Amino acid sequence: MNNKVRKRKYSLRQRTIAKIVIALVLLLIMVVSSLLIGPDRLGVNLDLRNQSPSLDFLFGTDWLGRDMLARTLKGLVLSLGVGVLAAFASTCIALLLSLVAAWSSWTDRLVSWLIDLFLSVPHLVTLILISFTVGGGFKGVVIGLSLTHWPSLTRVLRAELLQIKQAEYIQVSKRLGKTRGWIARHHYLPHLMPQLLIGFTLLFPHAILHEAAVTFLGFGLSAEQPAIGVILSESMNYLTTGMWWLAFFPGLSLVCMVALFDLLGQSVRKMIDPYHAMK
Amino acid sequence: MSEFMFHSNLNNQNNLIKNKLQLKSRGETVLQAREISYRYGTGSWIMEDVNLGVKPGEVVGLTGKSGAGKTTLAKIIAGYLKPNHGRVTIDGYLLQEKNAPHPVQLVWQHPEKVINPRWRMEKTLLEGGTYTDELLQDLEIKKDWLRRWPSELSGGELQRICLARALGASPGYLIADEMTTMLDAITQAQIWHTVLHMVEKKNIGVLAISHDNALLNRVSDRMVDFSMIRDKYETKK
Ligand SMILES: Nc1ncnc2c1ncn2[C@@H]1O[C@H](COP(=O)(O)OP(=O)(O)OP(=O)(O)O)[C@@H](O)[C@H]1O
Ligand SMILES: [Mg+2]
Repeated sequence: MNNKVRKRKYSLRQRTIAKIVIALVLLLIMVVSSLLIGPDRLGVNLDLRNQSPSLDFLFGTDWLGRDMLARTLKGLVLSLGVGVLAAFASTCIALLLSLVAAWSSWTDRLVSWLIDLFLSVPHLVTLILISFTVGGGFKGVVIGLSLTHWPSLTRVLRAELLQIKQAEYIQVSKRLGKTRGWIARHHYLPHLMPQLLIGFTLLFPHAILHEAAVTFLGFGLSAEQPAIGVILSESMNYLTTGMWWLAFFPGLSLVCMVALFDLLGQSVRKMIDPYHAMK
Repeated sequence: MSEFMFHSNLNNQNNLIKNKLQLKSRGETVLQAREISYRYGTGSWIMEDVNLGVKPGEVVGLTGKSGAGKTTLAKIIAGYLKPNHGRVTIDGYLLQEKNAPHPVQLVWQHPEKVINPRWRMEKTLLEGGTYTDELLQDLEIKKDWLRRWPSELSGGELQRICLARALGASPGYLIADEMTTMLDAITQAQIWHTVLHMVEKKNIGVLAISHDNALLNRVSDRMVDFSMIRDKYETKK
């Protein structure tokens, strides 16, 4: 009986590792192939306008004869960059705020109020407002994403800290003369590490989707940048002429990448924190 | 100096010895729990009007039935719990920590609760301050334990690490709550030998808590029965 349980657990772990490896390899292929695409592949070629998908152009070409596969890959990598930056910044904000909440009862109330405030307004609205206020473009989107995606992770981290704050070994540390800063660095931070890693990978897909959404709506990245959102919104004008491939493949690729990251996040969570992942 | 401030300079041993001499001449107890009353939340009173004193260099044994409230009193004296009434003083000064080690260090009954499970033992040991090879030898702590995780040590081994950590903070007073209950007789004797040596050398006052009366009889200068003091019986020293 005991043996059986062990065996299944082991293979679950192996499957999880396999998923992580596959997801990472696919991402690596994507990044490398986009780096290999020279400017000539992205250039305008009026002779090859409006080609539907073929073996030469897997994703077809657009109304200026640009290879859609190349544009999609570039767009995905751009989204990836925005996602990494925004998810990282959001995680840092969440960590900082949760530590502030652990400081004292009034800072805890302040942070809880901030979390509720940001959660009560839809992401996209605040995102557009912030992005618009700081001047839009790449900077605007990244700042907007960072400032809107921290609340849910902050809530998780805050709850975690609230629990560990009562732990006897923290009380002992205080009586041994350790300062709050020291306790935060040596006790709290290592304790939060798994949650931070999980939070970071799960914030990724969110950030990427929202980036595409605001860009599509015209509040995000500027039109010269080959972001997926830009490609999609431009394609809208041509969809009625029957050029379905202009939106279909970029959109599908975006969804695939998001799903890949979600898979990655869930797998990392399963590995680091099996207890919470099962809930 | 304000009357209600108590600074870590009491850890300064010279100071302690001086204080002891002065106070001995006046016949005063140095660490005092005065008229302590405590209950958890709105439960029944665990203790009422308890008085207990420990002098530097003295070992006081505290016995009592399981669940009587010995650990609770220890936590109050070491500053983990705030009493509903009464106060804990050293030389008449209230204890106040300001990012300095508490002058009364508690060695907990359950060592696994007071050690960060994500730390190797060396870091836990260093949390108290410094340690010497001599101390490790006296407490029979093996060097290779320091690289291990808490789950890789026995309860008695963890307890010795906790004792070393508490002594590292050079406390004026030590409360040993069932400190050696988990150890065999020989190791028990060895640990108490070391502690009593420290008591003499550094003039530490010790409150030893246990229901092992034979052990307390051997190590302590004076015995106190908790059931006697919890209901206003013990005379003030
Ligand atoms: N956190 C708590 N909340 C409520 N009641 C508590 C709490 N801790 C202890 N008690 C109760 O207080 C009483 C005294 O507990 P305490 O741990 O001080 O006993 P003790 O004398 O140390 O016993 P033992 O010899 O078994 O260690 C017990 O009846 C216990 O149930
Ligand atoms: Mg007890």
